[in-house]
Amino acid sequence: MSTADLAELSDKLMLSTVVLYIVAMVAYAADLGFGPRRRAEARTEAEAKVLVGAGGAEVADDTPAKSAATEEEPESRDWGRLAVLLNVLGWGAHLGFMVTRGLAAERWPWGNMYEFLTAIAFAAVSAYLVVMFRYKARFLGAFVMLAAVIALGIANIWLYDKVGPLVPALNSYWIAIHVSAAIIATGAFTVAGASTILYLFKARQEARVAVAAGADGPRLAPSDAAGGFLARVPSADNLDRLALRVTMFAFPIWTAAIIMGAIWADEAWGRYWGWDPKEIWSFITWIAYAAYLHARATAGWRGRKAAILSLVAFGCLLFNFFGVNYMFSGLHSYA
Amino acid sequence: MNDTDSATEIEPGVAAPPERQAAEETPRPKGLGPIGWLRWFWRQLTTMRTALILLFLVALGAVPGSILPQRPQAPEKVDQYFTDHASLAPWLDRFSLFDVFGAPWFAAIYILLFVSLAGCVIPRAFKHYRAMRARPPAAPRNLMRLPQSESYETDAEPDEVLEEARKLLRGRRFRVDVADGADENGRGKSSVAAEKGYLGETGNLVFHLALLALLFALGLGSSFGYRGNVLLTEGNTFANSLSRYDQFMPGREFDSDDLPPFTMTLDDFRATYETQGAKRGQATDYLAKVRYRETPTSPEKSYDLKVNHPLKVGGAKVYLLNHGYSPVFTVRDAKGNVAFRDAVPFLQMENRNQTAEGVIKVPDAEPDQLAFYAILWPTAVATPDQKQIVSAFPAPLNPMITISSFKGDLGLDSGTPQSVYKLEGIGKTLQPLGRDGQKIMKPGETFTLPNGAGSVRFEGLREWASLSVNRDPGRMPALIAAILAIAGVVASFMVRRRRVWVRATAGEDGRTVVEVGGLTLGNPTSEFDDIVAALRGEQDKPGTDKSGDDNASTDQAAGDKASNDQAAASATESEE
Repeated sequence: MSTADLAELSDKLMLSTVVLYIVAMVAYAADLGFGPRRRAEARTEAEAKVLVGAGGAEVADDTPAKSAATEEEPESRDWGRLAVLLNVLGWGAHLGFMVTRGLAAERWPWGNMYEFLTAIAFAAVSAYLVVMFRYKARFLGAFVMLAAVIALGIANIWLYDKVGPLVPALNSYWIAIHVSAAIIATGAFTVAGASTILYLFKARQEARVAVAAGADGPRLAPSDAAGGFLARVPSADNLDRLALRVTMFAFPIWTAAIIMGAIWADEAWGRYWGWDPKEIWSFITWIAYAAYLHARATAGWRGRKAAILSLVAFGCLLFNFFGVNYMFSGLHSYA
Repeated sequence: MNDTDSATEIEPGVAAPPERQAAEETPRPKGLGPIGWLRWFWRQLTTMRTALILLFLVALGAVPGSILPQRPQAPEKVDQYFTDHASLAPWLDRFSLFDVFGAPWFAAIYILLFVSLAGCVIPRAFKHYRAMRARPPAAPRNLMRLPQSESYETDAEPDEVLEEARKLLRGRRFRVDVADGADENGRGKSSVAAEKGYLGETGNLVFHLALLALLFALGLGSSFGYRGNVLLTEGNTFANSLSRYDQFMPGREFDSDDLPPFTMTLDDFRATYETQGAKRGQATDYLAKVRYRETPTSPEKSYDLKVNHPLKVGGAKVYLLNHGYSPVFTVRDAKGNVAFRDAVPFLQMENRNQTAEGVIKVPDAEPDQLAFYAILWPTAVATPDQKQIVSAFPAPLNPMITISSFKGDLGLDSGTPQSVYKLEGIGKTLQPLGRDGQKIMKPGETFTLPNGAGSVRFEGLREWASLSVNRDPGRMPALIAAILAIAGVVASFMVRRRRVWVRATAGEDGRTVVEVGGLTLGNPTSEFDDIVAALRGEQDKPGTDKSGDDNASTDQAAGDKASNDQAAASATESEE
């Protein structure tokens, strides 16, 4: 195959990816809307395992979110299964897109904003798939698909760029390391963000139910009292823990991405830290996630406050990608 | 960072609002005098809440650094900002907002943050060191109330069970203590205490200390290092001395003797561009072929200087930063003498197709000094409406310049320093020669100035490369600190401290009852089940299985009482 054919194939695979993700998103939404409700017992079990970090701030209390998975009636699994199947197919097309694009350009397929953003969407979907298979977190599917479709939409509508060579500044083996780390971390932070948003909704709902239960006398199981899709997501505690887990995975990678970026900057520009807008916002993002991790291990900050910090950090991450490149001029104008 | 304090003191009031926590933890001293206040202040500074606020302030303080132009990075943009916002700019400047990362208030925030960090982490490091050397804590009275627990009966003697447990746990790299002042063989005592996973806390401490080290490395680099930029045209040689730099930024402790005495000649600069397709004109490679000597007496070496491929010479590093064109001109004055013959570096007006501008100053021309302003199009083409010339490609496929001539006094003797890229006093001391003094030229063409003022010949094009030379003694320490920070954070996230206790007592029926309890910081791991299985494997006899293999129900049961026990356990372990 010639490089032109490969480039064309990669464009077609991108289209397939977007279509598959959209259909998967609808199926996930249907799963949330009509799927099985969660049982209340998962909640009490998780509640019991709260441990305030006694020795290490970073050693946090993440009981495995496996308790998030509860039993489901088999006949109502269809939407969920269909969604996962479509999602995996879309993921395969996405992978194929990146491989063919890389082959067509004869380089790593993240040399401009278009490729970078599509790779981030890929990382987010991959992180979600890992979390889903490992912790049965299928309830995140609709939200991660939505994020991926938005990202791919933005990429294809506004950032599309034909296959081409790298600018000399990017022509280094560091692109494989530094940019990959940034992509993986961003993808994982996206999944953590989705979980955190769900947590805030679910926590509010649980609090309401608790108030209602207190007033009515007899205890109501939250999932019985609550309508809507929130009944089908796991308890707030589990969502919170899942978000923490994914963040704890992403944070060291983000740290490494910044440091490897500094090493690369030292090779390319002659300084490892020059307060370029991209560097500033990577740093701010890092600080914000560090604050979240500390808050999460501090009494009085855990829960809602920590969750909001996590979303602020995610906002910084998004701004670092979109805001910095289009509002400020800096050395990272290509990424 | 300061969770030791927070955990121990804030623990009871988990739901308490933060403003109450500080008050509970350190009541404001009344009539304690300055020492009391200092102590109170120190306690406040090293709380997690303060650290969180300082972290937030560092992040917030960094924001204007990305919005406003910064002097160290782009002084010319700061000047532009002053022109555009004449009334606002001086106020922003008063708050150092054009040099945020060198601002006193920013330094105040990060120094407070690092003091807070040090005030928490260093005592914790000592505490951790003592904990690593101390004996693992003795077994709680009721092991079955721990988050993970199992019990079974065996025919083995209690001493044998404990001895085996000791061996097993040692083999699993636990630190093991036979409790209650046991004799050297551990005989005659009833329980074994074991602990491992110190690496988690070690990693946590290493991470925070590495951040401190990173800050010091940055300080070291900016104090003892230097950075300079130099523009070098093909064929020219640069000798590393202060006077040869176009721009030089020394650290506070810099000494000009620190400059390694190397020399460097730029033989050839080559830029490669895409020649077709949608990306036509995009640069794909820059190569500067240089020859250099480390010292005036050392042998000459060649090097291919490229982006991402700096040259290390004499403790300094040389980077390729930018490139452009230096048209070569020969200027004859009114008397017909050659007053100027040199390559003149032109600066880009736009990056895509390298349209560039520059000035030629001829102070040696007589009777009047001459000056020229010129625009260069490396690949000149007419715009579709045929009215203008633009550059269509960055490489010099069809170079053309337009030149405007001036006559008079350049003002070079006035003592005021001048930019070599700008003409001063146009219309005052320097008079334009009018339309007749303007001309579009190709290489090899000569333009005779009106009224016999002389002539200028566009000889051709050379290229220039701008190089950055720097030395940063903080580079290596910063790298080591950064690697330690990553290793530390990974270890602290992955390794958890685990405690296991084994108690064996003689039962009523003559058999031995073995109880095993486990306490893991964070979530329980399956390691505990492996340990129990291994212990039982040693002593198991068929039929002695009392608690069964129903791990799920054990977990469930353990979960229900975990919060109480863990809170109790963390209270015992965090005594200071």
